[in-house]
Amino acid sequence: MIAGLTDPFDALLRLQRELEGRRASEWLADTTSGMGAYPPVNLFQQGHDFVAIIELPGVVKGDLELQAKENTLSISGKKSVGYGEKASVHRRERVAGSFDRTIALPIQIDPNGIKAELRDGILALYIPRAESDKPRTIKIS
Amino acid sequence: MARGQELQVQEKRELQGKDESTIPTRSFVPLTDIYETDQALTVVMEMPGVEKANLDVHLENDVLSVAGRIDFSKYENLQPVYTEYNIGHYRRTFSLAPNHVAQEKIKAEMNDGVLTLTLPKAERAKARRIAVK
Repeated sequence: MIAGLTDPFDALLRLQRELEGRRASEWLADTTSGMGAYPPVNLFQQGHDFVAIIELPGVVKGDLELQAKENTLSISGKKSVGYGEKASVHRRERVAGSFDRTIALPIQIDPNGIKAELRDGILALYIPRAESDKPRTIKIS
Repeated sequence: MARGQELQVQEKRELQGKDESTIPTRSFVPLTDIYETDQALTVVMEMPGVEKANLDVHLENDVLSVAGRIDFSKYENLQPVYTEYNIGHYRRTFSLAPNHVAQEKIKAEMNDGVLTLTLPKAERAKARRIAVK
């Protein structure tokens, strides 16, 4: 076996570099509220379709609302952080609050085909491209 | 409290310093809350993407260290087109007051990507009320 090529740690480093590299991408620059809105979103392509992966640690399913149409997705909800009574707080880095973010995608999506999965604080949205938006192969006669 | 307030993105802090790992990947520092009652010290850490099985909590010589590995195999067939955050394993270490915690009673719970560690205080560390005569 050639060391390095199949090493899973290398795979992670490669993925991290790729994620970092895409941060400069202007793919959504004109269409969304831009960077800095909560929650942060990573968008991936999988064949014709898209996958959005969003980190929402501590947000429970019941406090999350998702909406989709034509080419926009909106994610809203709230995150609460509690400390119980009579506790003295030593360190407070987690924040609580509400959020509402709308992402406009540069493609037409199939809102009925979206699948959402919330697990271990990660929301994964499987977003199929609308049939009308898929590229067609043009036959040359 | 911040309830009802608009949430802001907190940029992930990369793990740095002497605690370098042998593997060339980036690790991140989980956002942590620590609070104390007269019974216990509670440590709450945000580690989205970490499953229970991939969590490692260690207390030795009054040093609490927590490591969480993420499963990045699900990213295998995904081509990033637009990204706002990076992913990586999580690691963080805290020094506790000496002999403060009853080691054998530590409880760990993982819910929605948030780890809650309850470290009950050792008997002798609990505050005693001193009666004034």
